[in-house]
Amino acid sequence: MAVKKFAVACYDDEAVLFPAVDKVRNSGYKLHDVYTPFPVHGLDVALGQKETDLHIAGFCYGITGTATALGFMSWIFTKDWSINYGGKPFFALPAFIPITFELTVMFAAVGMVLTYCYLNQIMPGVKKHIFHPRQTDDLFVIVMEITDPASEGEIVDFLKTTGAIETDVQVAEEGWWYGWWHKEEKYQNQKQLA
Amino acid sequence: MHLKYESFVREPLINGNKTYAQVTEDICRPIEQKPTRLWYMGFIFSLLLLGFGAFSVTWEVYWGIGTWGINRTVGWGWDITNFVWWVGIGHAGTLISAILLLFRQGWRTGVNRAAEAMTIFAVMCAGQFPIFHMGRVWNAFYVLPLPNTRGALWPNFNSALLWDVFAISTYFTVSLLFWYSGLVPDFATIRDRAKTKLRKKLYGVASFGWTGTAKNWQRFEALSLVLAGLSTPLVLSVHTIVSFDFATSVIPGWHATIFPPYFVAGAVFSGFAMVNTLLVLVRKIFRLEDYITIGHIEAMNKVIVLTGSIVGVAYLTELFMAWYSQVVYEQEAFKWRVLGPYWWSYWAMMACNVVSPQFFWFKKLRRNIVFTFLLSIVVNIGMWFERFVIIVTSLYRDYLPSSWTYYSPTWTEMGFYIGTFGLFFTCFFLFAKYFPVVAIAEIKFTLKTSGDNYKREMQALDEKTVEEFIHVAEHAH
Repeated sequence: MAVKKFAVACYDDEAVLFPAVDKVRNSGYKLHDVYTPFPVHGLDVALGQKETDLHIAGFCYGITGTATALGFMSWIFTKDWSINYGGKPFFALPAFIPITFELTVMFAAVGMVLTYCYLNQIMPGVKKHIFHPRQTDDLFVIVMEITDPASEGEIVDFLKTTGAIETDVQVAEEGWWYGWWHKEEKYQNQKQLA
Repeated sequence: MHLKYESFVREPLINGNKTYAQVTEDICRPIEQKPTRLWYMGFIFSLLLLGFGAFSVTWEVYWGIGTWGINRTVGWGWDITNFVWWVGIGHAGTLISAILLLFRQGWRTGVNRAAEAMTIFAVMCAGQFPIFHMGRVWNAFYVLPLPNTRGALWPNFNSALLWDVFAISTYFTVSLLFWYSGLVPDFATIRDRAKTKLRKKLYGVASFGWTGTAKNWQRFEALSLVLAGLSTPLVLSVHTIVSFDFATSVIPGWHATIFPPYFVAGAVFSGFAMVNTLLVLVRKIFRLEDYITIGHIEAMNKVIVLTGSIVGVAYLTELFMAWYSQVVYEQEAFKWRVLGPYWWSYWAMMACNVVSPQFFWFKKLRRNIVFTFLLSIVVNIGMWFERFVIIVTSLYRDYLPSSWTYYSPTWTEMGFYIGTFGLFFTCFFLFAKYFPVVAIAEIKFTLKTSGDNYKREMQALDEKTVEEFIHVAEHAH
């Protein structure tokens, strides 16, 4: 993935974060991402993100599970190998309900979690750049991409006016790659590009 | 803007002057310290129990199921009793994490992580019993609908026992996914503050590369909500299907339509008791009293008195129905259950499950840690007797008086049960040491509404009139 230059601003309170997000979005500079240590309600709306379609995917997986279970059991008991269990009907729908329900839930849950991992790009062995070690602890971090090297100072100065307790310029790779977390990336310490 | 206000009638869920950083510190501290001597002792003791269990099971597999005390009349003994008991215990975790999430019960955040872990370990223990009860355990895969060389021979999908296979495996999978999806961000927290290389490496893998972007959290919340919505009917279905193992048969004492709700209530009852047993110890040992407060324990005790009473009503209903049905077999089955050679198990069940939880009508006792701990153990003993009563005392005197018998377990059966305690506590000790016992991110999320210090700040707001309050809220920013 591309190595880029980022301006990083850290906030210690979500009450400061929300107005800062508004200012950043209206500033015209390119917003890279916002990192928070826990789900902050309303942040997705403040950032103008649309609601995720993950639940629709979950519904589709669930329906697949229902169809798989019902279809499979019906095929086995009516076509493939009908067995007479005490004179009961071959197509015993009420008796198929428990397994149909369980497979619906199983398909929906497994499918959704895999989709979730794919969309979020998370997997064992995946590594991403951490802009601030406390972004998973107690800091809310806004990261701006510096598209024009000349505007670097301008962006940092702007971020300082939004109530950031700490600002920083970092060169980092965006996206994800395979790697161990105890190994530092080469460019990570080289905060200022010459 | 999200309005962070919660009534003062509700007691704080997080005590002390906590900040976000302090929450991280408190919960990660036990993970980053060296294990205590107490932990080593407990862990090694659990391993010994597990080893003894493995020995007993090996013995049984080598010599055959005849080494157990079960016989032609009592085909299900301690094995299925223990299976149902462990599955029941496994119900509290999902109930806390799923149903209480849907009901917006804030107190679940303090206890859900440990309760879900307990669920997963309990289901792992439960699964052992039906598998080894098959006798020829190497053929256990016959329950799976796999294409095979035995003709097109499929399992019987109309059988409640097969429904159980699907129910338990789905329940285990979904609980595991729900639990782990919540753990991923917390592992990232531990990873980012890790000082040693090994810790950074391992928690780096465990955290799946989580960074916590706004979009990731949005999907995280969507996933939690849908998984909660799926788990809620799932948790009710699992013990319903376990009860079908009995209710769909024609055995007097089992053939009852009351079984599904009665089993689910019993499962929640024993599950919350086990959560209390574990959390009373965990909060003390890891000094998490600020997160798992007396209020949390009281809330769980309220669930125990409710479900315990439901179970009590079910026992009485069973007796009434046996009499009211006018079926002699039913009447005799219940007469022998209460007064026959196994009378002691019936009365132990009644005393532990129906009488003992009634103490929790008293607030003083609900908020008493020692009493809660002792009672939670009593409840679990009672719930074990309930399963024993249902299974053994419905079987030992069957339709043919010449095959009436008395069942007692052998050492291999007892060893198997002891071994599952070893498995459960080995897993729980590892969890308590290496995993965040309280959900870090979720606690931070509730901190500003339910934290002690933040609630105190709200006092000024609480004294305002409604008009003033709206004015302040509107001009917060």
